[in-house]
Amino acid sequence: MEGHSTYQPKGKVAQWFESRLPIVGLIHSSAIAYPVPKNLNYMWTFGAILSFMLVCQIVSGVVLAMHYVAYAPVSFARVEHIMRDVNYGWLIRYIHANGASMFFIAVYIHIFRGMYYGSYKAPREVLWILGVIIYLLMMATAFMGYVLPWGQMSFWGATVITNLFSAIPWVGTTIVEWLWGGYSVGDPTLNRFFSLHYLLPFMIAGVVGLHIWALHHVGQNNPDGVDIKNVAKDSVPFTPYATIKDIFAMVVFLIFFSWFIFYIPNYLGHSDNYIPANPLSTPAHIVPEWYFLPFYAILRSIPDKLGGVLAMFAAIAVLAFLPWLDTSKVRSAKYRPLFRQFFWVFAVVAVLLGYMGSQPAEGGALIISRILTAYYFIHFLVILPLLGLFERPKPVPASIADAVLAKAKGGAVVVAGAAGPETK
Amino acid sequence: MSMRLPCCVRPVAGGFRGRRLRDVHRDDNIIGDCAVAHTETSDTTTRRDFLYIATGAVGAVGAAAMAWPFISQLQPDASVLALSTTEVDLSPIAEGQIVTVQWRGKPIFISHRTPAEIKSAVDTPLSDLKDPQPDSARVKTGKEQWLVVIGICTHLGCVPLGHQGQYNGWFCPCHGSVYDTSGRIRQGPAPLNLELPPYAFTTDTKIVIG
Repeated sequence: MEGHSTYQPKGKVAQWFESRLPIVGLIHSSAIAYPVPKNLNYMWTFGAILSFMLVCQIVSGVVLAMHYVAYAPVSFARVEHIMRDVNYGWLIRYIHANGASMFFIAVYIHIFRGMYYGSYKAPREVLWILGVIIYLLMMATAFMGYVLPWGQMSFWGATVITNLFSAIPWVGTTIVEWLWGGYSVGDPTLNRFFSLHYLLPFMIAGVVGLHIWALHHVGQNNPDGVDIKNVAKDSVPFTPYATIKDIFAMVVFLIFFSWFIFYIPNYLGHSDNYIPANPLSTPAHIVPEWYFLPFYAILRSIPDKLGGVLAMFAAIAVLAFLPWLDTSKVRSAKYRPLFRQFFWVFAVVAVLLGYMGSQPAEGGALIISRILTAYYFIHFLVILPLLGLFERPKPVPASIADAVLAKAKGGAVVVAGAAGPETK
Repeated sequence: MSMRLPCCVRPVAGGFRGRRLRDVHRDDNIIGDCAVAHTETSDTTTRRDFLYIATGAVGAVGAAAMAWPFISQLQPDASVLALSTTEVDLSPIAEGQIVTVQWRGKPIFISHRTPAEIKSAVDTPLSDLKDPQPDSARVKTGKEQWLVVIGICTHLGCVPLGHQGQYNGWFCPCHGSVYDTSGRIRQGPAPLNLELPPYAFTTDTKIVIG
C-alpha cells in the first residue's frame, strides 16, 4: 500500500537500531501510519477482534495445558480437577471453551462481510485464500480441542469425524487406523490430538501474519469497493482512527463474550460431554459443535458415504474458488442490487443448514436439508457466475472521498467517470 | 469538579487532534468524521481529556483484574493444599534409627536419637557453630529424643545421607556439607542448619507435620 513508511527514527540509538532491524518502522507503517479507507463500517473491526480471540485462545490454552493430562484413563477427571481445584480454573476453562465459539462467531461475520463487499476480488484473491486456510486450520484445531475433555461427545465426535476418511476407496481403513494409532479411537488418538491442538494455533498465527501482510500490501477493501486513490482524501491514519474504533468494538464484543462465560457457560456445549467417554455406548443423538452444523447437515443429506464426505469438503473448498466464480467486476453489494438479494438468501440458507444439522436426520428435515444443500452449491456454481454476466450494477463512485461526500450530503451517489468496472 | 491534568497527559490528547491529522491531511477541504475537531487548543483541559483518562483508568483496572486469575492459577491448587499435612506414627521407629517421610513433596527426617547423640548435640558450644542455635530450640521440650528436620541441604537442595560425616549426623554427597546430630551445619558450603518443619505431637507417639 502506497503512502506510508514515513517513519524517521529520532535519536542516535533508534537510528542505529532501525538501520540494522527496521522493526519499529514496520510497526509504525502497519499499525500507526497505515492508511485506512475512511468509509469503513463496524464490520471491519472483526479482523482485530479475531486477532484478539487468537491471542485469548492461545493464552488460556497454554494455561489449561499446565493443568491438563492427555491420558485416556485420567483426562476426564483432569478437566474436572481444573474446574474444581485449580485457582480460577473454572474461569480459564470457560474462557477457552466459549472463546472457541466466539472465535467462530467473529470469523463467520468476517467471512460474510468479505462476501457481501466482494473483498475476495482482485487483487485480494491470495488474501482471501489465506483466510480460507486459516478457517480450515481453525476447524481442525477446534475439533481436536473438543476431543480433549474425553467425554461422550468428545469420543464419539472423534470417532465420527475420523471415520469420514474411511470413505476413501481402498485405503480408507488403513488411513483411519493410522489417524487413530490403533483399531479404535483411544489413548494414542487423544495424545496426538493434544499435541496437534497445541501446535495448530501457532500455525494459524503464522498464516494470520501472511494474511495481514497480504492485506497491507494490497490495501483494505471498503463498503464502496473502490480503492484508495488519494491517500490524503480517501484515507485516515490507522492510529488513532482504526485503533480506537477496533478497541471499542472489542470491548463491546467482550461484553457479549463475558455474558456467555459468566451467565451461560455451558449453553453452547452439549451436556453429554459431562459423561466420561464410553467406547461401548454411543449417545442417542450425536451433534458436533454449532459452528460445524451446516457442514454436518450437508454430510448427512447425501445418501452415499463417499458422496457425503466429498460434498462436505467441497462445501468448504468452494470458498477458495470464490474469486473466480464471481464474475462481476463490481466489488460491493451496495452497487449490485441482484447480488445483494441473493447474498441474503444464501445467508439464510447457511443458517438454516446449521439448524438442520442440529435436528435428527429423518423425514421432512432430511428433504429440507437436501434442498438447502443443493442451493448452497447452486449459489456458488451457478448463480454467482451468471449474475456477473446478467446483472446491471448501479454506478460506482469514482473514489472513497466521493462516496463519503455523497453520504454527507444525504443524497445521490456522486458519479464521476463511467459506471461499472473500476478494477481489472 | 475542576480537574488539573498531569502535564504528561495533555500532549497525547493534543497530538490526537492536531499533529497526526496535519501529517496525513494537508488538504483542508476534506469533509468527514476526521476533520471535525481541529479548532481546539491543546492547552485547555477538556471534557474529552477527562474521558480519555477515565476510560484508560477503567481499562487498566480491567486488565489488572483479568491478569489476576492467570497469575493465581500458578499457585498451589486445592488438591495440593489438601495434602499439606502429614501424620506420622513414631512407635515403630527404633532408637538410633532415622526414617524419611514425605511432607509437601519434601523429605522429612525423623531421627530417634540415642542418649549419646542427644548429649553430643547439647554439649556442643554455640561458638563452634556456623548458624548458632541450641539443641533445645530444635526439639520439643520433653521429647528430646525426637529430631524432626526437613531433609534438604541448605546449600543447593540435595538430600543428605544419615549417620554419616564427622559428627555422625548427616553428610551431603553433593558438595560435602556436614551436619551434626541436631541437624546443625558444622562443615562445608551450606550456610544454615537443616530447616525445622512445623509439627506437633498429637499423642505421645504421633506427630502431625504441617
